[in-house]
Amino acid sequence: MKIHLDEQTIALRAAKEFEDGSVVNLGYGMPVLCANFIPEDRSVYFQSENGILGYAGLSTDEEKDFEMINAADQPITPAPGMSFFDSAASFDMISGGHINTVVLGAYQVSEKGDLANWGRPGRPATGMGGGMDLAVGAGKVIITMLHSTKEGKARIVNKCSYPLTAKHCVKMIFTDIAVMEVTEKGIVLKEVAPGWTAEEVQALTEPRLIIASDLKEIEL
Amino acid sequence: MAKKKIFKSPDDAVADIFDGATVMIGGFGSFGGLPIALIVALAKRGPKKLTVIANAGGVGFELSKRIKPDGYQDIGILFEKGLVKKFIGSMPALGGMPPTAPIEKLHNEGKVELEMVPQGTLAQRIRAGAGGMGGFYTQVGVGTVAEAGKEKKTINGKEYILEMPLTADFALIKAHKADALGNLVYKGTARCFNPVMAGAAKVTIAEVDKLVEVGKLDPEVIITPHVYVSRIVEVLR
Repeated sequence: MKIHLDEQTIALRAAKEFEDGSVVNLGYGMPVLCANFIPEDRSVYFQSENGILGYAGLSTDEEKDFEMINAADQPITPAPGMSFFDSAASFDMISGGHINTVVLGAYQVSEKGDLANWGRPGRPATGMGGGMDLAVGAGKVIITMLHSTKEGKARIVNKCSYPLTAKHCVKMIFTDIAVMEVTEKGIVLKEVAPGWTAEEVQALTEPRLIIASDLKEIEL
Repeated sequence: MAKKKIFKSPDDAVADIFDGATVMIGGFGSFGGLPIALIVALAKRGPKKLTVIANAGGVGFELSKRIKPDGYQDIGILFEKGLVKKFIGSMPALGGMPPTAPIEKLHNEGKVELEMVPQGTLAQRIRAGAGGMGGFYTQVGVGTVAEAGKEKKTINGKEYILEMPLTADFALIKAHKADALGNLVYKGTARCFNPVMAGAAKVTIAEVDKLVEVGKLDPEVIITPHVYVSRIVEVLR
């Protein structure tokens, strides 16, 4: 039986990429779920672009404190060593390369690692927020996304048709059916969800995938 | 004698914001750091054809009920009342919400012009405005719609675009405490765009939770020095 990983599980798998001691920014939607899945043997410092570094994770308090939130308006839990700063300082941190990893959502990712994650047809008033800054400035750009659209069309494409966030920025892609790495030679398929073959993932992907010699089932 | 900066009410503090003015509004999204009493006072006063510079365009009262059952006010009320001609910001409308925010409806009807700016570029353009800089080069937006019409330059082998400063007639900001001189401190993540906008406008109006005597704020923790603040209004919550 073919398993589609749910959003929590995709986030759990992506969070395994965070290195011990690294500074990580989590984008709106599926990426913020990563905050709850940090491997126990690692310390990770979460940055959020509204001006906070070093929060512990998402808060489950019923009573929401609107002066202790992340950029997605979600309440966060304070932690020792945390700091606050303004938006200009926050984006110095981002564009100056001081963020090790950012996790973003995507409408489309291209074979060359171009990212489209903010605008879509029929919605000309939605903005890019801090996505362009993060995609350009972060050390490593990780994408969590669903592999196909609701209509079954590929989201991993030869060339993005949606407005770009940044060119050549994506390093890794985590979907409901696969883990992929974007390399200079093309997109390498490294892991597949339980029940899936490389051919079946390829059939839902526009660019020709390079199959890793050690292709394996996604480990959770 | 120091200039008197303390205003009695939000209504008094925004009473001279005129038709066609450019107004920066601090905060980040719909919560935390938004100078909401000043926004409500501005909506009540009702100057027309404003240019609003803010991170987000707000969701408006009807759509806010999807997030909070009783609803809440944000920048959206300025659009609901038809006061805005142009919006400059990074998130006019939210992709995760239905297309019924006042700003999105008006833009789709051709009634509000948008200038979409990446969030960091927005913060840095405002900082450039406050600091008297002529602009700056950034890699953010290269190869996207954000580079349209902008000068390009290769620096250390990488492509950059020129971004210009932003200034305004008025800046409405929110702080936690002010002293009578206008020194400001903030609380938690409610800092965001507020200190950046302070000083980027001819008149900066600060809405604060608490007004204290001069000398009661530790100089080591003052974030916005009083030179950037023109008016203070205490709003008890």
